[in-house]
Amino acid sequence: MALRTPEDAIVQAKRPISPHLQIYRWYASMMMSILHRATGIALSVALLLLVWWLVALASGPDAFDRVHSLAGSWFGLLVMFGITVVWAYHLLNGIRHLAWDAGYGFHPSEFRRTGVIVAVGTGILTIVVWIAFLIAR
Amino acid sequence: MATSFRTPLARARGLGSAKEGVHHWKLQRVTSISELLLEIWFVTQLIRMAGSGYSEWVAWFSSPINASLMSAWMISIFYHTKLGVQVVIEDYVDSRPYKIAALLALNLVAVALAVAAIFSIVTISLRG
Repeated sequence: MALRTPEDAIVQAKRPISPHLQIYRWYASMMMSILHRATGIALSVALLLLVWWLVALASGPDAFDRVHSLAGSWFGLLVMFGITVVWAYHLLNGIRHLAWDAGYGFHPSEFRRTGVIVAVGTGILTIVVWIAFLIAR
Repeated sequence: MATSFRTPLARARGLGSAKEGVHHWKLQRVTSISELLLEIWFVTQLIRMAGSGYSEWVAWFSSPINASLMSAWMISIFYHTKLGVQVVIEDYVDSRPYKIAALLALNLVAVALAVAAIFSIVTISLRG
């Protein structure tokens, strides 16, 4: 809409807009919903590392050893641990999303309970995967 | 006012000009299920292969089952990632020219990396 007078500009500036994130009090369910998207973005970056690993393996032993020694460094292990956490969260919360899509788990009590299961499950799944990996090594 | 002789059901089936209203939504779910299964498999394999070097991994990829499942996983994961990032771009990039450019770039990068991943898998597999 074109502005006609300076008064119009003031009215337009004061017009209420739809409340966004900074208006609401933060609570766990909201945080978990946003984390699903955030972990999805993080995993798309992690996917680049997976492609890097595949391309290195296809390129030959030298390229592969360089990637492996980098992955085995403290920084590489830290990144892979982070990817495991993010992956576990997105996987478990993704199952929660599939249940919602099928029409289950909408009651507030179920909503909270499955949220806690996902949060605790993320920790358990991450630790189980790493303990298994370290024992196998 | 123009009278429509179409039933509400027929109108819903027409799905408007897009013709595929739930296609994105449905494929996001379908790929999530295939990824769930393939990632349980791959993480199990990663644990089994812990401490392996170049020659062990080449041998692993020489198995047609492993190479096929890896390729299937790459197709599924790149499709899922493309759909997910697409929604983020549609939500947060306000300017129309930037949005179109970002979506175009996303599609090109996703296809290029998926091809690189699958070509690598085939290359490794045939080396073993």
